[in-house]
Formats: sequence, structure tokens, C-alpha cells
Amino acid sequence: MSIRERLSGNEATAMAMKQINPDVVAAFPITPSTEIPQYFSTFVANGDVDTEFVAVESEHSAMSATIGAEAAGARAMTATSANGLSLMWEMIYIASSLRLPIVMALVNRAVSGPLNIHNDHSDAMGVRDAGWIMLFSENNQEAYDNMLMAHRIAEHKDVLLPIMICQDGFITSHSIENIELESDEDVKKFVGKYKPEHYLLNDKEPIAVGPLDVQAYLFEHKAQQAEAMKNAKKVIKEVSEEFEKWTGRKYEFFEKYKLDDAEIAIVCMNSTAGTTKAVVDELRNKGVKAGLLKVRMFRPFPAEEIAEALAGLKAVAVLDKADSLNAAGGALFEDITSAMYVNQKNVPMVNYVYGIGGRDTTEKQIESVYSDLEKIVKEGKIENPYRYLGLRREEN
Amino acid sequence: MTEINPKTPMEKMTVGGDIYQAGNAREFKTGDWRSVKPIFLSEKCKQCGLCFPVCPENAIPVGKDQKRQDFNYDYCKGCGVCSKVCPFGAIEMKEE
Repeated sequence: MSIRERLSGNEATAMAMKQINPDVVAAFPITPSTEIPQYFSTFVANGDVDTEFVAVESEHSAMSATIGAEAAGARAMTATSANGLSLMWEMIYIASSLRLPIVMALVNRAVSGPLNIHNDHSDAMGVRDAGWIMLFSENNQEAYDNMLMAHRIAEHKDVLLPIMICQDGFITSHSIENIELESDEDVKKFVGKYKPEHYLLNDKEPIAVGPLDVQAYLFEHKAQQAEAMKNAKKVIKEVSEEFEKWTGRKYEFFEKYKLDDAEIAIVCMNSTAGTTKAVVDELRNKGVKAGLLKVRMFRPFPAEEIAEALAGLKAVAVLDKADSLNAAGGALFEDITSAMYVNQKNVPMVNYVYGIGGRDTTEKQIESVYSDLEKIVKEGKIENPYRYLGLRREEN
Repeated sequence: MTEINPKTPMEKMTVGGDIYQAGNAREFKTGDWRSVKPIFLSEKCKQCGLCFPVCPENAIPVGKDQKRQDFNYDYCKGCGVCSKVCPFGAIEMKEE
């Protein structure tokens, strides 16, 4: 039986961590994720959890301590944002290559500079090839639910990869919404105990973790990581289905919102999906066949499934909340267009870079994207596939 | 534990390259890093005992009789420290 509450995204994440009761949390405060270790350290101080909380001196150390703890055989978690993740960069790759199922809350924020503390996805996009599983969350409920599923996915013997649960900084992390929580007991039952097969503190089996991996070996170890990432798809599906049986809340690789009979659609991630759903509803009332594909599972990337889901559309706009600064288009756009090409699905596609540095994205702007798509369908041509939404420019 | 070598397929390699065994450094034979090789000239050696304590690789074995023996080339990296400390010219460095 779910418990109705109202919590911010950060509170919901800290609540999930409290219910999971990990062995170690090592974190350093950074806006907008600061509240997660703040609330969690209160739980530690009050004796609500028996976690060892390590107040480290930097994010590099936060990830290092988490890696050390996980390698030792503990269940270790952390949280960060933007430049904190940038400082973790070196250790992010160590975590995934050592195959440590660490769980991290990433509260998405623009990576400076110029200095900005507000939401976009440039932090997450910077580690998209680092071998971490990445799940995105539209709202507080999804941030909570994804966190409850995280350990089951990461710790699965066919996966053994670290996972980050993303939510939008401030928009989600600091907004209080209604939420359905599960009981402590049920959460503990679902998440289960962490029983690593090999770990450093096992005195029955002395092991070495992270030895030198020269020319004859690194390639094969990277391929093992790639294989684990492919396996993660199956495991995410199974865990999500089991989660649905327990809570009634359904999660797939991506959410199709009024997409099946749609002619035009937007693809986006995190909180913008909420705004887009409102616009889709309005347009549907006016008889426009608009739809939405909200990517939940960004890594592993469900290329084949997305290509299949978008194949029947007349035009698609992919919204990127981070600019790849490559004179070609954003990361999500590139992944989706490659997925379409490789799976031989040809649908006209445009990219909009939007919401950079926490710039508000309004229903009106989303509506303008759907109007652009209608124009593309009507005229049958795309002049500039790499566009901006909500950017100030001199009038032509 | 199964031996992993440069012919082992990825499926047979351990996850993350972990080594499920202790005390295996001796299996990593670093002697092939060497470009110059120390040659032990036993006829010049007085068994003074200055060479083996300075060897960073412990590559000069000493017998129960307290006498040094010939080099262990599995681990000698050819640094030449032993040759420098030898007062009797009993260790000659030669290009490999």
C-alpha cells in the first residue's frame, strides 16, 4: 500500500536512500543536489540509517571513497551536480571499468562557465560515454522510483555497472509535488541485500582490484563493459516489470505519450516532458495529431526500439537540453538520428537546443516546435536541422 | 584460478580485470624491461656483500652459505646499481 506524501525531488531521492539504507554514502555538497547529502546526514545523525557517512573534501574524493567502499564489498551511494561531476570525471571511468555497481543521484545542472547553477543536461551529456547506466526522471515520483530500482539493475550479475539517476535541478529537485512512497519494509524487500561475489574485505579470498591492464587486455575489458551495457537492457526491463507488479507504476525504456497514432512528435528527457504533455493535450483538442517520446533510459540507448517507435511519424523534433558545440546538433539528436539511419527508418528530423543554463521553456515555445513540424510536413523540406528554442537573436 | 594470458578470449577474462589470488607479483616477470644486462664475473667477486642489498628488485639471490649467486634475470631490470657499488669490477654491464 503506497503512502501519499508531498516531497521535493531532492527529498524524494534522500527518502529513497534512507529506505535503501546503504552501507556508505560519501558526498560533497554542490547546488542543486546539496540537499540530498544534507537530508541524508540528518538521517545518519538521527540514527534512522546505519550508513557510514563520509564528509569528503571534494567530489573527486566523493567518487573515490564510493569506489573504495564498493570494492570493499559495501553498498555505496553518492549525489552530485554539474561541476561536481566534472571533478569526479577521472573516477567516473574508474568506477565503471572496475565494474562497481555504485548508485549516484545526478541533479542536472549546467556545467560552468560562465558560472551558472541552473538546470540543463550538460553535466550528464559529458559522461554519456563513461560506461554508466543513465536513467532520466520527469518528476519527483520518477526520481524516487528510479532510485528504488537502481541497485537491482546495477548489482545484477549480468550487469555490474554503476548507475546514475538524473532529475532536473531546481525544476524537479526543489519543487514540492505529490508523491506515492512505498513502505520501508517493502523497499528493503524489493532492493534486497547486497551480496557481491568478489570483494576486498573477504578474508577467504584475497583479491586485487584494478591492476595494470596493458595492450593485451584493456580492449577485452572494454568489450566486457559494452556487453554488460547490452545486458542492462534486459535487466532494466525485468526490474521495471517487477516494480510495476509491486507498485502499479509502469516504466519502460521510454514513455510513448499519445504517440501511436501521432503524425508529429517531440523527443525529450526529464521535466520538459511534463510541459510537452500539456501541449500535446491542447493540440489534440484542436485535432492536431501530436505525440511525445520521453526517453527514460538514455544509457544503454534503446536505438532499435526508438527507431521502431518513431518510424511511422511524418516529422520529429528532438529537444536537447545541452549543446554539443559541434556545429551539427545535440547528443540526443545525434543518437536518435543514428538509430533511425541504422535501422533504415527515414523520418524528417530537426533538433532544438533549448533551456540552456536554466532558461525557462514555456508551453508556447513547445507549441511553436509542433507548428514548425507541421510546416515541415506540409512543405516537405528542412532548411536548418540544428536550431535553438528560446534564444534571443536580432530580428532579421 | 585459471591463467589469463594474451590469448585468453574476453569471455574467459575476469570482470574488470580483478585478480582473485594473492601474492602473484612474482608471476609478473619484469626482466624483459631490461636494455642493459649485468654479468657476474665470479672470479673477481670477493663476496663482500655490497651488491645484493642495493638491488631494488631483489634479483641477486643469496645462498644459505651467505654467498651471492648469479643474477635472476626474470626480474633484473638492468638498472646497474650493483655494478656501481661493486669495488672489484665483478659486475660488468653489457648491452642486451
